[in-house]
Amino acid sequence: MTKQMKPAVDRRNFLKGAAAGAAALAAVPASLAANPEPIESKRVPPPPMSPAAETEVPAVAEVLTADRTGSDFMVDVIKSLGFEYVCANPGSSFRGIHESIINYGGNKNPEFITCCHEESSVAMAHGYFKVEGKPLAVLAHGTVGVQHATMAIYNAYCDRVPVYVILGNIIDVTKRAPGVEWFHSVQDAAAIVRDFTKWDDLPISLEHFSESAARAYRVAMTPPTMPVVLVADGDLQESPIPADMKLRPQKLTADMPPVGDSGSVAEVAKLLVAAENPVIIADRTARTPAGLACLVDLAETLQCSVVDQAGRMNFPTRHPLNQSDRARAAVADADVILGLDVADFYGITHTYRDQIERTSRPGTKSTAKLITISSDDLYIKANYQDFQRYNEVDIAIAADSEATLPLLTEAVKHIVTDDRKRAFQDRGVRLKAAHMQALERSRDAAAFAWDASPISTARMCMELWGQIQNEDWSLVGATTFVSKWPQRLWDFNKHYQYIGGAGGYGIGYNAPAATGAALANRKYGRLTVNIQCDGDLMFAPGILWTAAHHKIPVLHIMHNNRAYHQEVMQVQIMADRHSRGITNCGTGTTITGPDVSYAKLAESMGMYGEGPISDPKDLGPAIKRAIEVVKRGEPALVDVVTQPR
Amino acid sequence: MGSIERRLEASTVRRTGANCAIQADLNVSGASRSKRFVAIFLFVFATLLCSIPATRAQQSSDAVPAGNAQNGKKLFMSDGCYECHGRLGQGAAQTGAARIGPPQLSFEGFQNYVRAPKNNMPPYTAKAIPDQDVADIYAYLKSIPMPPKGKDIPLLNK
Repeated sequence: MTKQMKPAVDRRNFLKGAAAGAAALAAVPASLAANPEPIESKRVPPPPMSPAAETEVPAVAEVLTADRTGSDFMVDVIKSLGFEYVCANPGSSFRGIHESIINYGGNKNPEFITCCHEESSVAMAHGYFKVEGKPLAVLAHGTVGVQHATMAIYNAYCDRVPVYVILGNIIDVTKRAPGVEWFHSVQDAAAIVRDFTKWDDLPISLEHFSESAARAYRVAMTPPTMPVVLVADGDLQESPIPADMKLRPQKLTADMPPVGDSGSVAEVAKLLVAAENPVIIADRTARTPAGLACLVDLAETLQCSVVDQAGRMNFPTRHPLNQSDRARAAVADADVILGLDVADFYGITHTYRDQIERTSRPGTKSTAKLITISSDDLYIKANYQDFQRYNEVDIAIAADSEATLPLLTEAVKHIVTDDRKRAFQDRGVRLKAAHMQALERSRDAAAFAWDASPISTARMCMELWGQIQNEDWSLVGATTFVSKWPQRLWDFNKHYQYIGGAGGYGIGYNAPAATGAALANRKYGRLTVNIQCDGDLMFAPGILWTAAHHKIPVLHIMHNNRAYHQEVMQVQIMADRHSRGITNCGTGTTITGPDVSYAKLAESMGMYGEGPISDPKDLGPAIKRAIEVVKRGEPALVDVVTQPR
Repeated sequence: MGSIERRLEASTVRRTGANCAIQADLNVSGASRSKRFVAIFLFVFATLLCSIPATRAQQSSDAVPAGNAQNGKKLFMSDGCYECHGRLGQGAAQTGAARIGPPQLSFEGFQNYVRAPKNNMPPYTAKAIPDQDVADIYAYLKSIPMPPKGKDIPLLNK
């Protein structure tokens, strides 16, 4: 990122308005002002420099300072929206807002969080939202900054997370300094991310900025929640606000989330009550803590199976109705399947085989009724294919599932009979037994390779659990690459105890998202822990410095399998298919030779680091020591050399 | 951005009806780059074990060719078996790979599955893994002791 020095004379040193106009007019020779010939032909050499010329008082003083500029008002607007933090790598195209935040705004609400990469800025905002339920603002250059940020914005879009991105840019060519500012200017700054953001605008006045800022917030926060972009023109930031200009931030009103219509909801309730084996599949269902409670209420009313796809923390893992560890069996036996904001409903209702001929087939009974309630149906774009395969369903309600749950639960309670209640209770008993059997199977599975070195992912997860289970903990890293051992073996029962994954599976999300989530958890005093893949951290390890610098307490447990392991397996599949030998699959896919010392990496960033640990007996005490550091309000990292998955 | 991992949602395993197939639930949507819907995986060797009556499995095990467990351990790593199954063949829900250490299949079933997997495991021809190498790998897997039950490990019961 270039932080350039400005030439002595450029757009930003000129005062706008009458005073500037008068000064400029006075400085133009009368003959030149009266002559319409091209300026080029009348160009005159600069006056000779001498000590006297440089120190004498000019006849008309050039105004070089301003008490209040557009960026101050922009900060007023940003404050009115309630942002707690703004994440950014500093950039000259938004230097006005930057300075206004830290001085005019007192660097509080929002506080400036220094990031070392724009991808980290956005991912921090991504993780923060999923804990706090509020967006963070992100500042970035309209060119090189948003280019860095794109993948993280795409992740947030796929994960239906609002991130409020403000891009600096200079639209007016006459306001750009020669050189770098031209490289850092663009006609349409938001174009690069328009395919995976919900809305954007380029305000050309401060009133326009105020309106669009409020509109962007509302659009971002209305399900399906998604990132938005606001472009803050550099000249608008730095020009003085005329004394007679009346400005105020717009009143912000939150939109009510879209709720399913009562007729469709009643139809769904009938099907659920009549079903013998209904299954609820939740994914990005619990947008807020209330979502978890609502889902528990519905499931307990019906005494039905719940499969949590873990896009959010939707359902307690030890609840007897939780059948996530036997999801395929539950789906296969179901006569009614209700999907609640499920990212890939086709995937969970079909099986798939990846051989030379790729095939899939339904994983459900042919008579099963399929129902979806999803805000994804309210907003879809064409280019990026995150919407998954089209799934044939019997009822599709385009609405926010969390907001619809209370209505659905009420409709179920309204029609359930005593006979059905008795049937529900019998079903609940059976499901409890199935849940306990699944838990026992998972414990037995975890026992294999228990004492192995490198350390098994099950052992690593359980050593962590042993140290945190009596704390107010929050696991903020995705568990996909550790075989979901935490969900299979830990006791999750609070909304903030899990926040799902990247959304778009763009690697580089986890470490900064965990740090953003830890930032949200900090004021509540929660112990934030993250299981961190090595390949993911290597994308932008500067996030460790950000955590140390801002004293964000988070414990990273490195899942260090020394590879981009998914790709090891992918390349091997190809080699097997071609019968070309299978010993070269580490080429281009492993992170060895040399091995990375993540503990030293952490220490180099000012963070506590320990490891590499490859003997499972050493792991528990190391985690305990690191937790003591985190409890003091600092980040820590324990490097664990692990089995692949 | 450099190399990218793909999503592979955690797989679960189910046993169904007559063939008792262990079926990898591969939910591989959402690739971050390059092709999506990739499967991975793997030795779901237990599929065949479950489909073979115990008596037949016992008969087959009698015909196990001599294998070198030490060499098998090396091959298990160099041939990449560990990638999906873990270094001790413990299996992994995320990859859909069944637990194979110690093996749940007879040698015959094991070798048949290696050559012609029924689910998402890639096929290994004799050109890639000769018969003797399969025997050595099998011997290595047989040498791995059974662990205690999960209920007997205190940390697994917290």
